[in-house]
Amino acid sequence: MSATLDDIDALASRIPDGVKVALPPDYSGCAMAAVRALIKRGARDLHLIGVPSVGFQGDMLIGAGCVATVETAAVTIGEYGAAPRFTAAIKAGTVRMIDGTCPAIHAGLQAAEKGIPFMPVRGIVGSDLLEQRDDWMVGSDPFGGEDGPLVLVKAITPDVTLIHAPLADRHGNAWIGVRREMMVMAHAAKTTLVTFDKLYDGDLLADAEMAAGTIPALYLGALAEAANGAWPVGLFGAYPADDDHLRRYMEMARTDEGFQSYLDAYVLDRKAAE
Amino acid sequence: MTPDPQADFLPEELLISTVADMLDGLGHVAIGASSPIPGGAALLARARNGGNLRVSMLGSEDHNAFTNGGTELFDCAAQGRIDAFFLGGGQIDGAANINLVGIGDYPQTKVRFPGSFGSAYLYFLVPRVILFREEHTPRVLVPKVDFISAPGTSEPDVYRPGGPYALVTGRCVFAFDKDRKRFRLSSIHPGHAIEEVREMTGFDFDLPDTVGETPAPAPETLALIRGRVADEIAETYPAFAARVFGDNADAA
Repeated sequence: MSATLDDIDALASRIPDGVKVALPPDYSGCAMAAVRALIKRGARDLHLIGVPSVGFQGDMLIGAGCVATVETAAVTIGEYGAAPRFTAAIKAGTVRMIDGTCPAIHAGLQAAEKGIPFMPVRGIVGSDLLEQRDDWMVGSDPFGGEDGPLVLVKAITPDVTLIHAPLADRHGNAWIGVRREMMVMAHAAKTTLVTFDKLYDGDLLADAEMAAGTIPALYLGALAEAANGAWPVGLFGAYPADDDHLRRYMEMARTDEGFQSYLDAYVLDRKAAE
Repeated sequence: MTPDPQADFLPEELLISTVADMLDGLGHVAIGASSPIPGGAALLARARNGGNLRVSMLGSEDHNAFTNGGTELFDCAAQGRIDAFFLGGGQIDGAANINLVGIGDYPQTKVRFPGSFGSAYLYFLVPRVILFREEHTPRVLVPKVDFISAPGTSEPDVYRPGGPYALVTGRCVFAFDKDRKRFRLSSIHPGHAIEEVREMTGFDFDLPDTVGETPAPAPETLALIRGRVADEIAETYPAFAARVFGDNADAA
């Protein structure tokens, strides 16, 4: 079976308004070119799931008005400081926040990939997070173990997982190497959309070394080639973050007007980004 | 506690050295997001212990041996395979509750922090959680946090092999007393004073009769920090490394 290969705008158009989109953190595989395409097409009311946190992708989508809800353990852009558009949106009350904790998000996705309704998780009892979540419950070991309460986390099933991979092949398999959170995200979601840097000439599943780090085509809805597609956040094992550009983003995104100028320069007019 | 403005080490170097002293002899230390000084401390402890300390640093490709994605750190912690971890907090209170969510009424907080990360889990499961926060002011060290991302202590029926071990700030080191559920002042960094610590701490803490000075890094420790540690931490925290070690790293 051959893969559905889109261009980047067609790929972005497969994410309808209002759906739950799972995104990886900045150190994993971020489909930044697709995020820019989503902003360009004017996506609205997205429910982002940061697995387990989300960085520049989330900040840009929030700033561009694409997001209604953010479900994550953190919105963080690391050394660059506080995520400016996220912070502004919380202050203004324009996004709904579903605060979680990393292992609960992983556990919810693991429940979804197993096709079961929930997953028990240690810890959490006594955290104020618990009171905010109607999809977490306190339970106990049904086998009678007496080492205390367990938090039961409801399965998390994203409508779409959106990721960027270094390689994909013509059969529609995508290679993610050691960044296996993206494997769980793909297993858990109803469909997964992948952008990739380079076309792999051959079958990723035919080579045992590559196959171990490959998401099989059966989980993937469509793929789009996007050379340097994780720019400006960088891609594990391939290229570093574009530090100068991210600093410029931080500078510009401090204000609504500055962020709009950023979008005008780097997102809405794509020539400027090259 | 003689103030020493002429100290021949930087505050960051003192903190790296101080935290590393808490890691000697352990088997596996993990470091989470946005933690350059704890990361540096773990790399220093590894260098000093002949490489026998395993370091797993989030966001690093060179210093991270996990192969099962984001979940592996948490699985390891629940199994008791992680000996030490670091947590911070926009607010930390005297019972070691930490707040990584925001200041004011949730959810529309006046000040929003990034979020709780793995704190609500790792604080329960990692035996030696070192709280690290450079800013030591009454707005950070508060009587009671506005939002408990993770509680400092738990009821006896809660499975909790882990919890707070110490709080390291830019002014001093506190040890956490699990029985009293309170911090005890442990040492004061060179150039700082007890009165200042008391004034800048928003919570009550226990004060022993004598409180020593946090030991300055030994020359061989400083050489390791400025050489190998500076190089290694730059992979994950280039901005931090450039700011702190820009000159020293070259001279080492």
